Amino acid sequence: MSAIANPVTQTPWTLPYRGKVAMACLIIAESAIFTIFVVAYLFYIGKSLSGPTPREVLEVPVFFTICLLSSSLTVHFAAKSLEHGKRGAFLFLWLLTIILGGLFLFGTGQEWHRLIYEHGLTVSTNLFGTTYYSLVGLHAFHVTVGLLMLTVVLLFALAGRVGTEQTKRVEVLSMYWHFVDAVWVVVFTVVYVLGR
Amino acid sequence: MASDALAIPNVGAAGKPWMETLHEWATTVDHKRLGILYIAYALIFLVIGGIEATIMRIQLIRPHNDFVSPQVFNRMFTMHGTTMIFFVAMPILFGFANYFVPLMIGARDMAFPRLNAFSFWLTAFGGFLLYFSFLGGSGLYGAGNAPDVGWWAYAPLTARAFSPGHSSDYWTVSVLVSGFGSIGTAINIIATVLSMRCPGMTLGRMPLFAWLGLVMSGLVLITLTPLSAAQIMLLVDRYLGGHFFDTQAGGSAAIWMHFFWIFGHPEVYVLIIPCFAFMSEIVPVFSRKPIFGYPVMVGATVCIGFVSMSVWAHHMFTIGMSSYSNAFFTITSMVVGVPTGIKIFNWLGTMWGGKLIFKTPMLFCIGFLFQFLIAGLTGIMLASAPFDWQLGGSYFVVAHFHYVILGGILFSLFAAFYYWYPKITGRMMSETLGKWHFWLFVIGFHLTFDVMHIPGLLGMPRRIYTYEPGRGWEVWNLIVTIGTFVQAVAILIFVANLILSYFQGEKAGNDPWDAWTLEWSTTSPPPVYNFAAIPTVASRRPLWDLKHPEDPDSLYE
Repeated sequence: MSAIANPVTQTPWTLPYRGKVAMACLIIAESAIFTIFVVAYLFYIGKSLSGPTPREVLEVPVFFTICLLSSSLTVHFAAKSLEHGKRGAFLFLWLLTIILGGLFLFGTGQEWHRLIYEHGLTVSTNLFGTTYYSLVGLHAFHVTVGLLMLTVVLLFALAGRVGTEQTKRVEVLSMYWHFVDAVWVVVFTVVYVLGR
Repeated sequence: MASDALAIPNVGAAGKPWMETLHEWATTVDHKRLGILYIAYALIFLVIGGIEATIMRIQLIRPHNDFVSPQVFNRMFTMHGTTMIFFVAMPILFGFANYFVPLMIGARDMAFPRLNAFSFWLTAFGGFLLYFSFLGGSGLYGAGNAPDVGWWAYAPLTARAFSPGHSSDYWTVSVLVSGFGSIGTAINIIATVLSMRCPGMTLGRMPLFAWLGLVMSGLVLITLTPLSAAQIMLLVDRYLGGHFFDTQAGGSAAIWMHFFWIFGHPEVYVLIIPCFAFMSEIVPVFSRKPIFGYPVMVGATVCIGFVSMSVWAHHMFTIGMSSYSNAFFTITSMVVGVPTGIKIFNWLGTMWGGKLIFKTPMLFCIGFLFQFLIAGLTGIMLASAPFDWQLGGSYFVVAHFHYVILGGILFSLFAAFYYWYPKITGRMMSETLGKWHFWLFVIGFHLTFDVMHIPGLLGMPRRIYTYEPGRGWEVWNLIVTIGTFVQAVAILIFVANLILSYFQGEKAGNDPWDAWTLEWSTTSPPPVYNFAAIPTVASRRPLWDLKHPEDPDSLYE
């Protein structure tokens, strides 16, 4: 096939990094899943036949929201530090991201515990329960998966196996974490602002 | 050690012990082997789904027939629909994309070979799960077995009260699992097309096959996922006592229909776009002309992708939507016919003035052109809301979408089999058997599906297991069933051709059709690494440039 060589090939041939393309695709697919759950939530606002209602039981989780959103910043700067070879800063910021994400998850757990034990709200109580636990639970599931992956990277980093050459891969994971945060902005708006 | 004891020497490929061969196939991450696995798996399910269709047609051959019970009839149409869409059409198209996208863009494998294997085995597991429902859906305890809720599983049929046992759960989980497999493959195809192209293969020079694979995969990402979401909701309802589709607790049955058809209609385009890709590769080669209107073809495909996202509720005219919704979905459904029409004109433009060669692949392509046009026209009829109120849920609809799926998708798939079989196996398929297959299938297809429109117009509803005599439906149903048997014979000839040609077919050589895309530049079958040296291209028809150095395409593009 070398017979087909031509001047075009003289210019460097660069294509997008496959990891980022794949993560972008995964994010598109996941967005569609979340869209359907959000639509169901919006459609069923105020349609429950029995209590408790969102206004009675939901409290706005301001602190934990700040935790999750700021973890987007820490993961971004962690990836930047790795790119510039600052290993200490990377480890610190990465660990901080995990702690912030973990705090958020703890907040969700606490809220669910309160809803279940104090207000008796479960998936089967009413439509609010069904849609609330599904939407928030789907997001919490994504946070959990993200935390597991972040922890795997942390373990490799502690073992000294994450260097500047892994920057691209770390950035792919960082894309996912940004997505999880962005979804929370939507879920927060829908559940705690529009739905209350 | 057990495998050593079982090994029979000198059986299987290249004299390897068969356990070793089996192990190689089960653990392969090679895109070509996975492509073949997808296709073989889909062909097995094609035969199973075909048998289910035949059982239904035998039951309907005359009024008050009692070949199967109403319960079995319900299971048959549910399993037939689910099997044909999720375990035949999707995997077979993914199989072709898997095999040929890397070859056509000059890559050695897909972007993520292990994800590729994982996706295949997810899809395969989904199929096994669906069919295990015959045993596991409480069938062993006599509580009914396979799912019987229809392939669209409208609520509240799937509620615990109306679907006891586990048959609906098997349906849900198998569709969910195979959906994840499809999403994985779609991600893989997009990453391959965008990140693995050989030097010089710009987006504007990519074969239409790769372009359409890209659009199809993009559509999979945003259409299969709503179905996955709806299946998760259904599982929450069935297992956790949720109320998404529970009308007793304020839930809505109509919202399941919306979620299902947001998947269901674009799915048709997910299936037909790869078939447009087959047409766009095969028609030029057998017309001895480059494709007519390459940029317009790409544009029309992208346009179909977008418009198809906003047509879903034309499946729901009969549930009573507002007149604004009806008008909107009528208009969008008619609009999607425009880019599709452009494509048909482009294939005709490719054939116009060409030196047509009527080999079997081309015959199937020409069959596609006629039948897909008619399918499109009945589609436009049904897109009109008042017409749909009259005929929605009748055999007219069944005839329409089988015209699309068999007359369009299956015909172009057969064309693809005859066209690429030499590349996959290294041997030509028999032309004689191919012509028998084509003509018998054309006759059987038209006997069944042309005639099926008529009982629909006469008011025969779909999904009934039997009917009263004296409504004028008897003779039409008889003809429809006879057509089914003609098609079955044609399929048997096709399967025989696939098997016989593998052993006795004429040796194909690298490039039996004198074609122009990169897959024909390597050996048949291609080596594991595809290309010894990664090719470099300068036009849309790299092999034309290679064969005609005095007048290459690159001068004109």
